[in-house]
Amino acid sequence: MSIEVEAFPRDGMTVVVVRGEIDGSSAPSLQEKILPLLQDGSALVLDLGTVSYMSSAGLRMLLLLYRQAAAHNGRVALAGLAESIRDTMEVTGFLKFFTVANSVEEALTTLRQG
Amino acid sequence: MDTRIDFYPTHQHGAYKLRPGRAFPFGTTLVPGGVNFSISSGHATACTLVLFEKGAPEPLVEIPFPDAFRIGNVWCMVIFDLDFERIEYGYRMDGPWDPAAGHRFDKTKILLDPYAKAIGGRTLWGKPPDWNDIYPQRARLVFEDFDWEDDRPLETPLADLVIYEMHTRSFTAHPSAGVKHPGTYAGIMAKIPYLKELGVNCVELMPIFEFDEFENSRPNPLSGEMMYNYWGYSTVGFFAPKAGFAATGPFGMEVDEFKNLVKELHRNGIEVMLDVVFNHTAEGNERGPTLSFRGIDNQTFYMLTPEGYYYNFSGCGNTLNCNSPVVRNMVLDCLRYWAAEYHIDGFRFDLASILGRAPNGAPLPNPPLLESLAFDPVLANCKLIAEAWDAGGLYQVGSFPAYGRWAEWNGKYRDDIRRFLKGDDGMVPVMAERIQGSPDLYGWNERGPTASINFITCHDGFTLYDLFAYNDKHNEANGEQNRDGGNDDHSWNCGVEGETDDAQINALRRRMIKNALAILLMSHGIPMILMGDELGRTQRGNNNTYCHDNELNWLDWTLRERNNELFNFTRQMIALRKAHPLLRAGEFFGRNGSPADIIWHGTQAWKADWSEDSRALAFMLRERDAGQGGNTTPVLYMAINSFWDALPFELPHLPIGYHWHLFANTSLPAPDDIQEPGQEVLLDENVRSFLVGGRALAILVGRPQSQT
Repeated sequence: MSIEVEAFPRDGMTVVVVRGEIDGSSAPSLQEKILPLLQDGSALVLDLGTVSYMSSAGLRMLLLLYRQAAAHNGRVALAGLAESIRDTMEVTGFLKFFTVANSVEEALTTLRQG
Repeated sequence: MDTRIDFYPTHQHGAYKLRPGRAFPFGTTLVPGGVNFSISSGHATACTLVLFEKGAPEPLVEIPFPDAFRIGNVWCMVIFDLDFERIEYGYRMDGPWDPAAGHRFDKTKILLDPYAKAIGGRTLWGKPPDWNDIYPQRARLVFEDFDWEDDRPLETPLADLVIYEMHTRSFTAHPSAGVKHPGTYAGIMAKIPYLKELGVNCVELMPIFEFDEFENSRPNPLSGEMMYNYWGYSTVGFFAPKAGFAATGPFGMEVDEFKNLVKELHRNGIEVMLDVVFNHTAEGNERGPTLSFRGIDNQTFYMLTPEGYYYNFSGCGNTLNCNSPVVRNMVLDCLRYWAAEYHIDGFRFDLASILGRAPNGAPLPNPPLLESLAFDPVLANCKLIAEAWDAGGLYQVGSFPAYGRWAEWNGKYRDDIRRFLKGDDGMVPVMAERIQGSPDLYGWNERGPTASINFITCHDGFTLYDLFAYNDKHNEANGEQNRDGGNDDHSWNCGVEGETDDAQINALRRRMIKNALAILLMSHGIPMILMGDELGRTQRGNNNTYCHDNELNWLDWTLRERNNELFNFTRQMIALRKAHPLLRAGEFFGRNGSPADIIWHGTQAWKADWSEDSRALAFMLRERDAGQGGNTTPVLYMAINSFWDALPFELPHLPIGYHWHLFANTSLPAPDDIQEPGQEVLLDENVRSFLVGGRALAILVGRPQSQT
């Protein structure tokens, strides 16, 4: 499963646009691409607006990223989750571990305040 | 960095890299770089691991276990680099086909791992299966990394429990539930505020181990509607939560969803008890399918007759051989797994008497399985509750081997309360036993009232509403000409069979329901309420709704508006129980360390009428020192009139400075039928006698008058 990642700076933070499906086969390469962006104290918005599917392994990779960022005093926010993914995260308890925003703009605002 | 040499393979099968596995734990375990597979069979001669891509009709690969990978009767192997999210696995076992000797090996079958932690194939409830699938319910691999934060089992004292028996799907499947994910674990989560408002602090979930709702499914001969194995008392896999009960089942996340439900219930002070079915499996008798146990080690897993047929102490075709050392260990592993990995607070064992039978079926005086469970360190604080009978005629209510741990579903409580309520002769003396926690059953062998799970209704039999709306069962919808289901309901229809517009009859039915709930919640022992009884749920007289995925089982949430007075009555009764430690003591009144007494009265104070035609009973609960030396503990008094006409009950004297307050009177219409605890209505100082209406009861609280 191919996964595309595009990162660009925004207001002193980094927005990472992810495209594709996140599952057990694509998660490792996604993690590999995002990890270098996590500098000490950095703020990262993951724009998942075009991610249509996220498996159990995908969710775990996201949580791993989130915790790795926290370990480096960094912050991560998720933006634009599809409703079905958000639902899955909610009923499995994953959602509450994340900062979640409806849009990239909202995520940037949240991180700026946070 | 991988720093250990056992992170690397040593063997190869085609493109697959292998290493000898570890025998323990059985089942599958994710290990660095791979997956450890381990399975045992006492009689197989060879074993092959079969891997599938999820949902694929044919296997991806079959890997016979190399000889070097077998230790004793256990085959174990690590396979590296599996995309474990996309894999399903099973086994082929080779061995003798010799039914008379108990062996039914068939290497053409692909078998489910008895330790499978997740099972695919029925992940969306009710979706018709592919009947030609060569491996219909497939083992899957799971992550075991759930973040419990600070959660652990609540360890609520048994005496404080108010149990709510419920079916996961039935609770929110009805459209009126108004939840986003009807009929699921997530649905229960959405209704936690309701459970909290009601006040129950333990949910007992009817089976949630993976089962096949399509087992013996068939169209209803009357309506054409599909009938299912709906309740789920037929286990396919003992270690896997029912995926079809998870909103996320189709995404393979039922494990996380169920754990999250447990965590959220705990956060709200509600324990989770599982109804577990270890007495039989979904494989049926010799005509049933070979799914797992039969093909792995038939002679070990099942109780067999000397001719090699299946003993049927469960009434379901086969009997799990629970006191064979191998099966005993599996049961223990299973319960430990649910307690440790899912933080489950307790277990209710379906037809538990089977667990006390030897491999030849004879009841054992000191059953090793029951003893092991009672003394297991992981299960040390889990509640263990037995349905203390089986379908083979063993009835052990009061005598189930307890080891100081086991409680029992008190079937005699159910029968006696029903008979008293409907007005049978000679029930007053036995009522006294039931109300004080059944000392006649549990007053020996160092047991106490907490050995008694008190219930008037449960999933088997009538709902509480139907108990007072039907004289006879009406199971025609089950398609067996009304032959199925019990015939000893001790029910009374209050004058008309079924629904009626007669306001008087409907008022009487509501009163009878309240009487039952009040007695249940005033009794010593652990009360259990059946889902929906607090709302007057009906099954239209059906006392065995095991097969219906429809309104016969689903809770209709519009009842909340229509029957709010029943909800409120139940809620206040639970609140009363919580407010008064007298009702939750772990000792029988008047014994050992109990600081309280129960004093029996009748229509005359201090003089209970125990005679054959007596239908009136009253009692007072009080701490021995109440009213003395600064002890201002309230006194509770209950007068029950099961006679058809009103009776005056002479009130006993209270300690000096105490006054009678009325908490509940079921002869009064709502909202005067019950008060908030603490807001009881002060009775006139001169009242010496209290008139209790026909088929009604009253609860009074004696306490010093609050300063106003």
